[in-house]
Amino acid sequence: MKYNVDEKGYYGEFGGAYIPEMLYPNVEELRQNYLKVMAEPEFKKEFDQLLKDYVGRPSPLYFAKRLSKKYNTKIYLKREDLNHTGAHKINNTIGQILMAKRLGKNRIIAETGAGQHGVATATVCALMGLECIVYMGEIDIARQAPNVARMKMLGATVVPATSGSKTLKDATNEAIRDWINNPVDTHYIIGSVVGPHPYPDMVARFQSVVSEEIKWQLKDHLGRSQPDYIIACVGGGSNAAGAYYHFLDTTDVKLIAVEAAGLGVDSGESAATSVLGKEGIIHGSKTLLMQTNDGQITEPYSISAGLDYPGVGPMHAHLYKSGRAEFISITDDQAMKAGLELCQLEGIIPAIESAHALAVFKNKSFKPDDLIVLSLSGRGDKDLETYINHFNLA
Amino acid sequence: MENRIKQKLKEEQKILSIYFTAGYPIINDTVSILEALEQNGIDMIEIGLPFSDPLADGPTIQASSTQALKNGMTTTLLFEQLNDIRDSVSIPLILMGYFNPILQFGVEAFCKKCQEIGIDGLIIPDLPVDVYYENYKSIFEAHGLINIFLITPQTSEDRIRYIDSISEGFIYMVSSASVTGSQSGFGDEQTNYFRRIQNMNLRNPQIVGFGISDHTTFTQATTHAKGAIIGSAFIKHLSKNGVSKISEFVKSILG
Repeated sequence: MKYNVDEKGYYGEFGGAYIPEMLYPNVEELRQNYLKVMAEPEFKKEFDQLLKDYVGRPSPLYFAKRLSKKYNTKIYLKREDLNHTGAHKINNTIGQILMAKRLGKNRIIAETGAGQHGVATATVCALMGLECIVYMGEIDIARQAPNVARMKMLGATVVPATSGSKTLKDATNEAIRDWINNPVDTHYIIGSVVGPHPYPDMVARFQSVVSEEIKWQLKDHLGRSQPDYIIACVGGGSNAAGAYYHFLDTTDVKLIAVEAAGLGVDSGESAATSVLGKEGIIHGSKTLLMQTNDGQITEPYSISAGLDYPGVGPMHAHLYKSGRAEFISITDDQAMKAGLELCQLEGIIPAIESAHALAVFKNKSFKPDDLIVLSLSGRGDKDLETYINHFNLA
Repeated sequence: MENRIKQKLKEEQKILSIYFTAGYPIINDTVSILEALEQNGIDMIEIGLPFSDPLADGPTIQASSTQALKNGMTTTLLFEQLNDIRDSVSIPLILMGYFNPILQFGVEAFCKKCQEIGIDGLIIPDLPVDVYYENYKSIFEAHGLINIFLITPQTSEDRIRYIDSISEGFIYMVSSASVTGSQSGFGDEQTNYFRRIQNMNLRNPQIVGFGISDHTTFTQATTHAKGAIIGSAFIKHLSKNGVSKISEFVKSILG
């Protein structure tokens, strides 16, 4: 079994490019060029340099001593939260902005849910002096005011998506429509390992720096090049794809994907796509998605705005269906408690997305000598208000 | 019986085709809209199967889809409504919808149902040409259905030739780089594009869609193509006037 993408853009039966003809030239241009561009020494050099000097990579691989003690196992945290802009998202936007420049594009569009990818895109557009338009659901704009302000400070135009359910999936639809309307000068920076091929593969490759570093950092720390487990949260799945990437075919490294159960998988308020989803097409990709029996895409729920996507990247759909990764659903409440626990044990305030991954330790037991790497995908500053409300901290 | 789309295209006159979203503005209007369109001399109809995430459509068709779904439209209900449609409507009927609802219904079951009802063709914007060709062509053909492909001003000449080679019926020529309903009038750019495609002498006739809203744009489009499709403008008319004034709309287009 092969777990990475094949030459046609599929992960097993998932993936592909189910796009209207209007998008074909844009997507085809990217498909024909992305591997070639990424292989250019000049491109690599510029990408690596920016990751180092601008993003602050490599991100530390930190042995969480007190957390490990509490759960009687060995836990290392991959500190993507320490990246510039506070999450792993910037790895991808740096890569894609360089790609856009190589392809001669001068106008950048992006979708955003909570605003993290929007901020990461606005940041690299400011860095490169390119026009930036971010589509964001009207409802998300209202509930994520600080990130809207950040994007505006960085010079981006934030356009409200007022169609459908007015959240992330609709913002993605609007970005796709913009791309249809502007097929020549515009590059669409998708924020996760979703969308039509080659996006899932391209984004996974840009994020793969995470597992590349994990490999040599483990060697430095422990003289080993692989952990026993990698744990990551999955919304669309880009931080998980990055953390898994170089271990996909090393099957003695066990992969754990953590989805948001919201109020519980059976509550009707959930984002656990692997449990609740069925095979179908969303945003140009064949994958698992939450939908009605009639094939209408439904609105997911999670306390974490970064995990409430109704689909999941095709790589993850394949990892789920093939059994390569174990999928675990974590509720809002479990995640919030795990987030607070990390604050108190390690002095790190995690993003609520990452807190879902941390909640695995209360729900699954590991052996004392298991070596676990957990992708701490983002920092919790953006989530303070949610933490305050949840724990009555004010 | 030969496919009604092919029969219609053999006729001399230019084609006026109308798109509407099933279930909009009122859930049970589907049959009366179809009958009124035929009675007013429309040549062909695209019946839109509403989808929650219609990413090739502009605000008008999006809003009509959202409303149709709110009204309770489903694939099964649409098939029920169309069950006896061939008793009263004889012009070509095409179902237009996004791929996911069709996939959930089951592609083969969907095609079978279409055949039973007397649907002549399908337009599925997000079903790519290659995937259709490899996986679904034989199913469509076995049920007498023509699959209509789109081309745009950005489609390369090679790809247009390829699409022409695997097309039956007509080619849906998207007038400009845009989602539906976003144009107001055609300029030189469109006219040059219409002319360029006309001069390619393709096997299949072309019918222009996107941006046709009145007599002027209809005339511009059909000067260089076999026909034109009107969607958003008709939906706007329906939302203002309902089914009763369809004749006025048709007159305003044909002049």
